[in-house]
Amino acid sequence: MGSPILKLIAQRIALGILLLLAVSVLIFAGTQILPGDVAQAILGQSATPEALANLREELGLNQPAIVRYFQWLGGVVTGDFGTAMTSRQDIATAIGGRLWNTLFLAFWAAAVSVPLAIILGLLAVRYRNGPVDKAISGFALASTSLPEFFVGYLLVFFFAVKLQWFPGISTVYDGMPFLERMRAIALPATALTLVVLAHMMRMTRAAILNVMQSAYIETAELKGLSQLDIIRRHAFPNAIAPIVNVVMLNLAFLVVGVVVIEVIFVYPGMGQYLVDHVTKRDVPVVQAVGLIFAAVYIGLNIIADIAAIVANPRLRHPK
Amino acid sequence: MAKAAVKKQHDGKLLEVRDLKIEATVYPPGEDPKDVTIVHGVSLTLERGKVLGLIGESGAGKSTIGLSSMAYGRGGVRITGGEVVLNGRDILKAGRGGIRKIRGREVCYVAQSAAAAFNPAHKLMDQVVEATVEHGTATRAEAEKRARALFRKLSLPDPDNIGNRYPHQVSGGQLQRVMTAMALCSEPDLIVFDEPTTALDVTTQIDVLAAIKDAIRDTGVAALYITHDLAVVAQVADQIMVLRHGKLVEWGDTRQIIKEPRQEYTNKLVSVHEIEHQEKTPGASPVLSVQNVTASYGGGMDVLKNVSVDIYPGQTLAVVGESGSGKSTLARAITGLLPPRNGSIAFNGRTLSNALRERTRDDLRELQMIYQMADVAMNPRQTVATIIGRPLEFYFNMRGRERDAAVAELLDKIEMGKGFADRYPAELSGGQKQRVCIARALAAKPKLIICDEVTSALDPLVAHGILRLLLDLQAEEDVAYLFITHDLATVKSIADSIAVMYRGEVVRYGSKSEVLAPPFDDYTDLLLSSVPEMEIGWLEKAIGGRRMASAGN
Repeated sequence: MGSPILKLIAQRIALGILLLLAVSVLIFAGTQILPGDVAQAILGQSATPEALANLREELGLNQPAIVRYFQWLGGVVTGDFGTAMTSRQDIATAIGGRLWNTLFLAFWAAAVSVPLAIILGLLAVRYRNGPVDKAISGFALASTSLPEFFVGYLLVFFFAVKLQWFPGISTVYDGMPFLERMRAIALPATALTLVVLAHMMRMTRAAILNVMQSAYIETAELKGLSQLDIIRRHAFPNAIAPIVNVVMLNLAFLVVGVVVIEVIFVYPGMGQYLVDHVTKRDVPVVQAVGLIFAAVYIGLNIIADIAAIVANPRLRHPK
Repeated sequence: MAKAAVKKQHDGKLLEVRDLKIEATVYPPGEDPKDVTIVHGVSLTLERGKVLGLIGESGAGKSTIGLSSMAYGRGGVRITGGEVVLNGRDILKAGRGGIRKIRGREVCYVAQSAAAAFNPAHKLMDQVVEATVEHGTATRAEAEKRARALFRKLSLPDPDNIGNRYPHQVSGGQLQRVMTAMALCSEPDLIVFDEPTTALDVTTQIDVLAAIKDAIRDTGVAALYITHDLAVVAQVADQIMVLRHGKLVEWGDTRQIIKEPRQEYTNKLVSVHEIEHQEKTPGASPVLSVQNVTASYGGGMDVLKNVSVDIYPGQTLAVVGESGSGKSTLARAITGLLPPRNGSIAFNGRTLSNALRERTRDDLRELQMIYQMADVAMNPRQTVATIIGRPLEFYFNMRGRERDAAVAELLDKIEMGKGFADRYPAELSGGQKQRVCIARALAAKPKLIICDEVTSALDPLVAHGILRLLLDLQAEEDVAYLFITHDLATVKSIADSIAVMYRGEVVRYGSKSEVLAPPFDDYTDLLLSSVPEMEIGWLEKAIGGRRMASAGN
């Protein structure tokens, strides 16, 4: 491990933090541009100007935007996202449980979809252009082409309504036994898997096929290695960077893109929380959720970049 | 033990190819795909421990025949007829699993570009012992021990630890030797060497060639040695087979092929293609004068150090040196692609500004360039007429019939008929592509053309034609050439003056007769003595007589 690789990684992380700050500015600015403010939203149509002024004073809305931004940012850094206007609850506490639910669902969807996508991608390359390849690609593309809400309702219709194997509504609560919890998330996790599978599998297939053109694959073939060994030992290590990239994009989607699935299955995660509070115009909650989503997205992409750097032997072992 | 018994059983005959027929499907642009025959019924036999050289121009089917001994067809090539009998059985009938047991165990392969043939993600040792361990002929520890002994035999530096390195951490010449060690590691009966030294500098080639030759002799392995360079194969082969268009031309002992060729084609390959070129004396004032130019990429190490050369109108300056010596960087500095940090460049009596964007259109027009890779220097979606017509439109504002007439005239000059005007680059041969690039450069009516290794990618006979054309055009158009090359035979044929470059510096500069006459400095001596000669025993003599070791081996 030389210093150039550490320097590159440090650069990526610094860049990620900078990006996150920029996003926080955008989120804050975006909510400021919206007509009306929190005080108006709380008091509603019947507010008297005095009441508005009082509430603004109380909430600190009289201060310039830049001061409020830094107050908000300072709070966020210390884990204080403020209080939700509508429920008057502490946002950090409310998000805590929901973020955990979302991550739980995303984790199991990823635990199934990532290995499955990579194995299917490898198999598609092994039997490329044959019936196996076509069947894998066809199934994966079909599942991606269907909108996620449609996939969700199909699953509900067959497995919850007709067969009654799994609940159609994924209610989870604190202290729920693990197996019951798994049963509850079976359908949303399956829907998410189907949605992200094709993209990862196709990219795995394309990345490996690209590497399969290289001269060192011919060398491996002329050593008498089997096709699967060639793909596994010689092609896959050189295709890691693009594969990790697409896997991370999809993991990010599993966390931030689950809004629709969570609403369909009434799953108490971040997405549903966000949708609820957007309809109520609860600006502090929207800001907090937006920032967390951005952090997840940027964090996973940093991991992808670092993985690509570490996977490159030229950077790992400089001359 | 068992292996020795097998050897006796087949009384010395290791490989017998009978009536081999190989086909491929080609997809010509704008036509339906069709099957073409690449190899038409070639037969050969190879005895244990012997080396057979397969030689011919590109498209002769040498690699295809060589790879058939591993029952392998590269890029969709199919073996459609004949037998390949290895160790007494037809391997074409062995089936997928059977062939896998032969590859990497009985036959191994050494590729032209070891840099591309090694997997960048794995350490060298893992790759060298992989076939041996895979086939179970030795344990991992035994195989590694064997590999280290082979590294030592091939005189690789630090043989005990070089296996821990990754491919990008060793030089091209070393990689080529590691690849030879990889082929020898599983103790095969046969190794296919596919142009193993072609991609190397001459000064490096000689060391790798000597290492390969010693290794073949000491291990007693048989080899098919594929190359287009007769002088190289004459150093290692017992027998030589000359191929052309997938057919056998002549097959005989090495001495007979190079001394008493029986076929006219072999004779053409064997005879030296030096063009008698009368050296011109320098004129009054140079067309291009490079003064004390120093340049570097991105502020790093200097790749050009205080270089000064002159080129006179209608004459040729050849710049020679091995890869990394700064030849092409000099061209980039002159064309303005890499603005020099110090020094000045005067062209046709005026000082050229260093940066490309500050040069006038006439500066650009009068200084043209031709590249090594003609096919990537042309837009594949433009016809020959468009490619040649572009500079006519751009510099002289020619349109319509006037331009077409000028294109026809240029095609005539490069000895290609009007019929080529509507063709696409993909429909041309390598030599024809290079001719179109020459015509494109000439269309601008330049005073100087920079030729960067323009014949290096071509077969000797084709390259010979290109050199002749360049000389004829020089006589007609009075254009000067800056001719960058690593090939000294080419230099002798075309140059009026020569600059020898080594590590960014001009180490020897003067008229051709001065530069090529002794006493030589050490580097020029090394360069000159490394050029293979078509003489049996040249290799040993050249290695013995060297004063300095090459830098890049």
